[in-house]
Amino acid sequence: MLSRADVEKVSLLARLELTPEELERMTAQMVQIVGYVEQLAELKTDDVQPMAHALEVHNVFAADEVRPSLPREAALANAPHHDKEFYLVPAVLGE
Amino acid sequence: MSEPYTIIIGLEVHVQLATRTKLFCRCSTKFGAPPNTQTCPICIGMPGTLPVMNREAFALGLKTAIALNCQIARFTKWDRKQYYYPDLPKGYQISQYDLPFSQDGHLEISDPKGRFKPKRIGIIRAHLEEDAGKSMHDEVSGQADSKIDLNRTGTPLLEIVSQPDMRSPAEAKAYLQELKLLLTYLGVSDCNMQEGSLRVDANINLHVDTPEGKVATPIVEVKNMNSFRAVERAMEYEAVRHWEVWQETGQRLGQVPKQTRGWDDTAMITRGQRHKEESSDYRYFPDPDLVPVVTTDEELAAVKSSLGELPAQMRTRLEAKYGIKPYDSDVLVSAGQGLVDYYVELADLVGDGKLASNWVQQDVMRTLNEQKVEPAAFAMRPKQLGELLTAIQKGEIDTSRAREVFLEMVASGKSAADVMKAQGIEKVDESELIALCQELIAANPKIVADIQGGKPQAAGNLIGQAKKKNPNINPGRFRELVVELVGKM
Amino acid sequence: MSVLRQSATELLAKLNAGEVTSVQLTQAHLDQIKQHDGQVKAFLRVDPAAALARAKEIDDRRKAKKPLGLLGGLPVAIKDLLCTEGETTTCGSKMLEHFKPPYDATVIKKLKAADAVLIGKTNLDEFAMGGSTENSAYQKTANPWDLARTPGGSSGGAAACVAAGMAPLSIGTDTGGSIRQPAALCGVTGLKPTYGRVSRFGLVAFASSLDQIGPLARTAEDAALLLEVLAGHDPLDSTSVDVPVPKYSETVKQPLKNLRIGLVREHFGEGLEPEVEKAVRDAVEVYKSLGATVKDISLPHGKYGVATYYIIAPSEASSNLARYDGVHYGHRTNEKQMVAELADERNKLVAAGKTAAAEALDNPLVRMYRRSRAEGFGPEVKRRIMLGTYALSAGYYDAYYLKALKVRRLIRQDYDVAFNEVDLIVGPVTTSPAFKLGEKVDDPLSMYLVDLYTVSANLAGIGGISIPCGMSRNLPLGLQLQAPPFEEERLLRAAHMFQQATDWHQQFPAMVPKA
Ligand SMILES: [Mg+2]
Ligand SMILES: [Zn+2]
Repeated sequence: MLSRADVEKVSLLARLELTPEELERMTAQMVQIVGYVEQLAELKTDDVQPMAHALEVHNVFAADEVRPSLPREAALANAPHHDKEFYLVPAVLGE
Repeated sequence: MSEPYTIIIGLEVHVQLATRTKLFCRCSTKFGAPPNTQTCPICIGMPGTLPVMNREAFALGLKTAIALNCQIARFTKWDRKQYYYPDLPKGYQISQYDLPFSQDGHLEISDPKGRFKPKRIGIIRAHLEEDAGKSMHDEVSGQADSKIDLNRTGTPLLEIVSQPDMRSPAEAKAYLQELKLLLTYLGVSDCNMQEGSLRVDANINLHVDTPEGKVATPIVEVKNMNSFRAVERAMEYEAVRHWEVWQETGQRLGQVPKQTRGWDDTAMITRGQRHKEESSDYRYFPDPDLVPVVTTDEELAAVKSSLGELPAQMRTRLEAKYGIKPYDSDVLVSAGQGLVDYYVELADLVGDGKLASNWVQQDVMRTLNEQKVEPAAFAMRPKQLGELLTAIQKGEIDTSRAREVFLEMVASGKSAADVMKAQGIEKVDESELIALCQELIAANPKIVADIQGGKPQAAGNLIGQAKKKNPNINPGRFRELVVELVGKM
Repeated sequence: MSVLRQSATELLAKLNAGEVTSVQLTQAHLDQIKQHDGQVKAFLRVDPAAALARAKEIDDRRKAKKPLGLLGGLPVAIKDLLCTEGETTTCGSKMLEHFKPPYDATVIKKLKAADAVLIGKTNLDEFAMGGSTENSAYQKTANPWDLARTPGGSSGGAAACVAAGMAPLSIGTDTGGSIRQPAALCGVTGLKPTYGRVSRFGLVAFASSLDQIGPLARTAEDAALLLEVLAGHDPLDSTSVDVPVPKYSETVKQPLKNLRIGLVREHFGEGLEPEVEKAVRDAVEVYKSLGATVKDISLPHGKYGVATYYIIAPSEASSNLARYDGVHYGHRTNEKQMVAELADERNKLVAAGKTAAAEALDNPLVRMYRRSRAEGFGPEVKRRIMLGTYALSAGYYDAYYLKALKVRRLIRQDYDVAFNEVDLIVGPVTTSPAFKLGEKVDDPLSMYLVDLYTVSANLAGIGGISIPCGMSRNLPLGLQLQAPPFEEERLLRAAHMFQQATDWHQQFPAMVPKA
């Protein structure tokens, strides 16, 4: 069964910070929900093709023709931290 | 090799495909634009935006995979590879995971210098994916903010993964050179390593001979190699390092997690890179925003027939048809289709593949380099150069004077005949040549004695004197006459 | 009768006849918003000046006899999950509190081109995750029929504003029932089109393989009018299908002959409230009286729909929501404070000799991501991101995600079999009328189960419509019709037939004036 440590690991993968109380509650809720979805295990599906799309559409392409890009000001307009040229993030050396 | 181990190298190459626009949006892929000026809501990954596949990118990928003798999947799909990094704005890279569009190919490599026997390097797979942006870090203090430029984000990449079939750094380099040549011939990429159009990661380990048989050492991935030379050096360095680590620790494959190391081209060493365990859980799943691609036999046949002659076939043809050596065909073919076209036209005109090959490899290639022009744009066409070479063949001019004429032709744009006329070069009549020869033999008894005494090289002195009297003489024919006349004495 | 009770189709006829202007119509709805939205809280943002200016401009063009689009001056409300150029688009999330997209969603472009008056952006569960609109970071929308109850969700604002006479037409999105369920609980008509029928470009993704945009309206005829504007192939959406769009607004009036309807055995089991069952069975009688034949059918894998859905939707959501990392747009934590805290934590650990723990601390970038996302997302969004991340993670993919994709196919195959025998599947939308606000917020699983009757259509990719079919305790009840892919026309015609024979769709909550 899903443990608190598992949930903590998932929270790092998902880049979510959870307080100890949130982690506790999240674990309990995930155990309950995962327990519910596990009912799928009772179905035999060895010969069933997975269905990732609800469509039978193939080969959708666009022509290789340049369209205007956004002016830089517009591109950066929604960024929480930028220097009018680049997006800025805390130093990521050593990653 | 006498080392008690075999080097095992596999290469992963990312090639930027030569499309005008990005893989999933229509932003330009032109290199060198000011930061963050070639982005749109789609490649910034803004909420609500959706990708649409670039037809040309798929076509170029297909062309390459076919040229690499790959099996082409009739059904292929797109997957999301998920990880967090600021130059990856969606939090996932659109790539191909379990059903790449091509698998199981190969590329033949050989060494004109003969350091290894020609061999076939297996290609595990080639798949399409989008590039990430660029992060610039404050290398000095490590304190300032990192800067992110998304211009490159979404550029189409072809990832080509080889089998671990290379057995030396030289083979690794040869594989990369041959691959680059192929890509250039296909016109699918400019392969500019400085601009990041071709990037190489290497996997290397050793198979060590031990009393219990071959033992594999842990595989290490090496990154940050910015030239083929760097790849060769890094592999040389790693092989030695692996051997030392093996002797020290005896660690085998599977006993330690895969390590990633970065090549430092200045220090000429590799350094370990830190990696968190969770970062390799990419949670691939089919991208619901993109639909699969189905390729038919007819489409594949059409691509195949459009490929044209590839470098390996071209080398074989040049050697067979023009009688040149593998080394020469390699130089010509490696210089590109344009030069080969030039060469073929010249060789056909003069009917001497070797002569044409010498002139193209030396004089023509040097001049192209100096002028920084492509063969197709070179002012002296094969026809004009052919006239000069024909003059050589007819004995109207010797090679060293022909070189002077060549330079003058390049400088003035005049024809070989005009330059030769201007310089007073004309074929000396045979009777005139014999008369001159007899005159000099008579005037130089000591030299004649030397020749008769078994020093044929002494004839050079007579040739020198003859050239002073008449610069137009053919030194080769003159030498023959000297030997002949002295012999009769 | 007040314009607030009239159908969009009637209003359009009046506009074209010069009996009313778009400005008058827009003003009437704005007044209703002003008067009642303080309690209903259907709208997140309304810009009366801009809406009136637009209405005036359309009126002027009409006066000048210039050609007008299909919606010629009708007010339309937009779920705040659709991008509107230069205008804040929050998705009900604090994460996007200040996000102004530099582009319009394709459907917004189409609405503008059809001369709709965009009257405001409606409330929703954060990123459309929820069934009660209580998961909005901004406000809880109330059901206009009973302000203590939920309007349903996630398009709660979209349904409530139509029920409350604040907009004759509105746009919702449906990933697992988010148009049909609130339509049922608010007593309006709501249609989820076939997957691929309407472009998703500019619809902020929740679960990309399930999301569809659709109309909410007072009548099936109105829904037909609006769908005709929304539907169609879009080269910007690879999953939008290139098939012709029927003239729904015209064909909707044609009754269906020899209609074969299927009643799903499994729909009438435990959990379905008797009054809902009775309303559905009465509706079936109406269809019979209109010449339909009824057949008992089975969708044997339908009971796995919710479980399948709650693997696939969170998996896709965990990926779609990875882009909210506080770098390129969206909320970012106070960085200075975060960096200082991190240094402090590290120093404390080092001082205590716990170097390993200090080493294991997140680096500043990872901490920035985690904290920004923790602050920007609400609990339900976090829950789904966690579930989806887990379902896709190494070692669990086959057991959860892949398994769900396989069951998804079984669910689709059930439909294919059923539609060999019947033209339409008729059944309930929900097990009960609107529940009380707060009733299910602490029990995520019970909230998930409200999607019981709706998720299968999303998984299969087929269309479904919810139409009012009765009342229970003065709360509306909905009837769901489902049809094979791209048979929206059939859904609309069948719904219109029903509405010609009944007046459930003409019931209004007290706040909508009669005159
Ligand atoms: Mg790659
Ligand atoms: Zn772009």
